[in-house]
Amino acid sequence: MHEQWIYVAFLLPIGVLLPGVAVLAGKILGPRKPNPVKGTPYECGIETVGDTWVQFKVQYYIYALIFVVFDVEAVFLFPWAVAYHQLAFYMVLEGVIFILILAAGLLYAWRKGVLEWM
Amino acid sequence: MGWRMIGNPFGWIQQQLMTLLTGWGLSQAWAAAVLSLVGAVILATVLLVSTFFLIWAERKLLARMQDRLGPNRVGPWGVFQTVADLVKLLGKEIVTPAGVDRFIYYLAPLLVVMSVVGIWAVIPLAPGVQGTALDVGVLYVVAVGAIGELGILMAGYSSNNKYALLGAFRAVAQLVSYEVPMVLVLLVPTILAGSMNLEVIVQQQSPMWFVLVAPLACLIFLITSLAENGRAPFDLLEAESELVAGFNTEYSALAFGMFYVAEFLHAFTAGAVIATLFLGGWRGPGAETYPILGFVYFLAKTLVMWFLSLWVRGTVPRIRIDQMLAFNWKVLTPLALAVLTTTALADKLALELGGNRLLTNLGANLVVALVTLAALRAYARAQRSKEESQRIGGLVTAAPVSRHH
Repeated sequence: MHEQWIYVAFLLPIGVLLPGVAVLAGKILGPRKPNPVKGTPYECGIETVGDTWVQFKVQYYIYALIFVVFDVEAVFLFPWAVAYHQLAFYMVLEGVIFILILAAGLLYAWRKGVLEWM
Repeated sequence: MGWRMIGNPFGWIQQQLMTLLTGWGLSQAWAAAVLSLVGAVILATVLLVSTFFLIWAERKLLARMQDRLGPNRVGPWGVFQTVADLVKLLGKEIVTPAGVDRFIYYLAPLLVVMSVVGIWAVIPLAPGVQGTALDVGVLYVVAVGAIGELGILMAGYSSNNKYALLGAFRAVAQLVSYEVPMVLVLLVPTILAGSMNLEVIVQQQSPMWFVLVAPLACLIFLITSLAENGRAPFDLLEAESELVAGFNTEYSALAFGMFYVAEFLHAFTAGAVIATLFLGGWRGPGAETYPILGFVYFLAKTLVMWFLSLWVRGTVPRIRIDQMLAFNWKVLTPLALAVLTTTALADKLALELGGNRLLTNLGANLVVALVTLAALRAYARAQRSKEESQRIGGLVTAAPVSRHH
């Protein structure tokens, strides 16, 4: 079973190396003239004020949290889906109840106003 | 030789290489490993070279849709335009701003390209031609595709630029949100085929392609793959006319070129994944006996889906991030959950009671579609009557719907 993954073990590093070689070629072939003005962060021409690492809104965190819940749910559902053709009807119904419980969670989050952007 | 070789060039080449390698004294396992390496190198190279053609074709087609010509100076019909762009980008300076985190800054474009190239490891190009027939193919596609989001966040974070960072946050919020209906809808072909292995999914589409059995699932997957790719109408990630360039503001020359290549290749890859999961992959008349025909069918289906995503890109305007996220969480995710539950129930009922699987699934999809349309219509009516009452009610508000900016 592990020999299935040998191809992936070859393809992923090659996928990193080929663009890496291209960027390296760009580094070598291109001019290198750093000066302080070129090194400043780009903000459409005005000077930057303050630190770079800004505080971020909690809304990003909430979307990531809901994503994690549904992603884990989907990962739990994959074995159920793969074994689908060997399942009796009540087993399929149990999987559907699991999905409905999480859908109720989504509805709760919706009604609480958590899914708004601002 | 003769017809067998032309009919199955992949198998013939594979056989020749195997006999050559075992003739040199390598055992079977080592010969297979070397073949894997050769196959991986060939696949990655062909993909990255095919982006030349894809970018040129996209620019010409988009230009025609916008009533202009597109590149037509460099070479006949402008075919060498991408080569010219590559040569130009090679010669530009990679301006690295002060204070960037160098390792992450240079790793980010490489990771984004790797995530797209890695998906091709499991896609069956022709009967018997596949990088590797992973038993968890569908999960692998999702997982490797998600590495691209990590690359985007790394790009924005390491750029020492407030607005690149904010652009990266918004990009990740969009990409992560649209993963949810995508993963839920990917369960539908898994259910119908009974396996996550993409080769098995293609083989199970023998009487009927899955798009006919689960059209809503195909539609949702199409929409979410457009959003995952960052194509219009979801191309807030690097809205070229609004923010400067979002997360890749501080990238120049070939580092930026890699993001560009990854975006165009991702569109083609999404077309390939849809063709495999829903349109029957390499299936077609005569594909089993002549695998080269299977490859031609696969390529044709992929190009059709790629053209469809291009068409959508050239037609619709961009939508705002709050509209986009509201659409995802309030429409697509409940719809994906509904499609999943009704497909699971309808298919099992059809199998137990011996009904026609195709018609039962189509009927279930139709019911879900009608209920969704009715719900959307009711919502639109409620919004409109609220706007009317706000306008007529004497108090003139600045804008009718001003809750979302």
